[in-house]
Amino acid sequence: METLMAILIGLLFACGVYCLLRRSIVRLAVGIVLLGQGANLLVFTAAGLLSGQPPLIGAGEKILAPPFADPLPQALVLTAIVIGFGFIAFLLALVYRAYRELGEDDIQAFNKTDRT
Amino acid sequence: MTDYWILAPIALPLMAAVLALLVRANLRAQKAVVLTTLTLACAASVALLAECGSGRIVTLAMGSWPAPYGIVLVADLLSALMLVACNGVALVVTIYAFRQLTDEEQGAFYHPLSLLLLLGVNGSLLTGDLFNLYVWFEVMLLASFVLLTLGRKREQLEGALKYVALNLLASMLFLIAVGLLYGKTGTLNLADLSSKLALESDTYLVETTGILLLVAFGIKAALFPFFFWLPAAYHTPPVAITAMFAGLLTKVGVYAIMRVFTLVFDLEQGMLGHWLVWIAGFTMVVGVLGAAAHFEVKRILSFHIVSQIGYMIMGLTFLTPLALGGVIFFVIHNMVAKTNLFLVAGMIERQCGSTDLKRTGGLFVKEPLIAGIFLISAISLAGLPPFSGFWAKFSLVQAGFEVGDYLIVGISLAVGIMTLFSMTKIWGEAFWKSLPEPEPASPSGSAGRISWWMMMPAIFLACMAIVMGLVSEPFLAVMERAGEQLLDPQNYINAVLQMKGGGS
Repeated sequence: METLMAILIGLLFACGVYCLLRRSIVRLAVGIVLLGQGANLLVFTAAGLLSGQPPLIGAGEKILAPPFADPLPQALVLTAIVIGFGFIAFLLALVYRAYRELGEDDIQAFNKTDRT
Repeated sequence: MTDYWILAPIALPLMAAVLALLVRANLRAQKAVVLTTLTLACAASVALLAECGSGRIVTLAMGSWPAPYGIVLVADLLSALMLVACNGVALVVTIYAFRQLTDEEQGAFYHPLSLLLLLGVNGSLLTGDLFNLYVWFEVMLLASFVLLTLGRKREQLEGALKYVALNLLASMLFLIAVGLLYGKTGTLNLADLSSKLALESDTYLVETTGILLLVAFGIKAALFPFFFWLPAAYHTPPVAITAMFAGLLTKVGVYAIMRVFTLVFDLEQGMLGHWLVWIAGFTMVVGVLGAAAHFEVKRILSFHIVSQIGYMIMGLTFLTPLALGGVIFFVIHNMVAKTNLFLVAGMIERQCGSTDLKRTGGLFVKEPLIAGIFLISAISLAGLPPFSGFWAKFSLVQAGFEVGDYLIVGISLAVGIMTLFSMTKIWGEAFWKSLPEPEPASPSGSAGRISWWMMMPAIFLACMAIVMGLVSEPFLAVMERAGEQLLDPQNYINAVLQMKGGGS
């Protein structure tokens, strides 16, 4: 399962980097979104995956007996997803506004603030 | 006694931001809320500094969950010093913004957003948990995104796109590092991570996550080669917003590097320390060369932010108490001097209608007070005595000689001369030469009067630069103690891990 996830994460990163390297600002936004999802999955996978082992203390037991799935990475990922959602909303609005102002989707047109 | 008041620098801006939103129709009420809150936050930070000054490390377990399971807030001397400086700069810049920004700009949520920005900064300075640090960084970033695009001018959108894209990448790398560290060690508490990674034999993983974190913080702190967003974005928003950014944002990145690479990772092991020296050197040189190439005040100052960050990182690599104390002194001196230079840039803009040096001039005759403030800040930034910058550089150079890193120290001194060159360029073009005849086509120099609300903050910061220069001894002594605290993380670890739930 972890191997499969690792391949999936790698694919997401590869697609994200490919999109970032294109010259269109819409693809830039798509690339950042893909990379963000890859990072979320990576955090989710990094602590190990266990299916069917919820971290619940069984009836009549005093402590949580291993093996059990670690709930913390899932909490972390949930937080990261929510934050990412806000960022993506802002990014898309920004891309739209920038496109409206410049009338251009090509990153080469965005060089005014760097010139002397 | 439980130290609940360590929460004040976080709780105050949060509540005030909500309050300022509620009274958003009434600008006067917003200003009253912001002014009261920032004054209280400054007072709380000073109280915290007084408490930490005795060497105590103030800790608070949120929700009474004991460390390392719950989230802890930790204030040591470094955090407290940075808190005082950040809240002070925020207060000063906000007073300046009352007159520098138009009422429409302030009405468009400037005050709630600047409070949220400060919330993110204060949270980052106080937290003792890596994931919590990530969240505070995001709070800070999101507020800065909106502030940067306030006014929605064409250049602002363009600059913001670069700023947003690179900073989102940084956040992603940070998140990856957090995930990998948790997967390896099962903890995110900085103190706990420190003691667990010290026993870790798998240096491969430790170095990988270290580099991921260095790149993430490096983008936020604008290190070479990750700094390109900064000069592309910082000159586009109104000056009061840039001044706030220049004072707070990159410095929090530097704080994060200082915290993580003294507490969690050991710079003396592995390749990281060697790379950092070169990164620092390139940051200094490239930043100052970029500044030399430009002819517009705000762009010149933006490149100098980059160059000064190089000094801070250079000091960090020396890893002696004197060097770390010097770095802290340098950070705080830089917040004072650089913020003040941006405030002066706003006054130049108000007087001459532009910050393009070709269209400015005559200010030395017309506004000698502004000229004086600029001169003090500029000389301080370049590192000449008797102002604060001299002692900042002096302690870094002395520490560099003690560890025998002559090359990097030489580079830093050469960069200081280049800084002086940039500053004399602004001085000559904006203050000494006479005002050029305005071209008929260009918008006429709308010379407005500078109100005292704009002048007082700049005068205050200039006085700070003088005080830190003339009476540097007690400042340096405190900061050197903070440096010793950083180099001996055992106290920090003990303070965090041995506290009971609900505080000590």
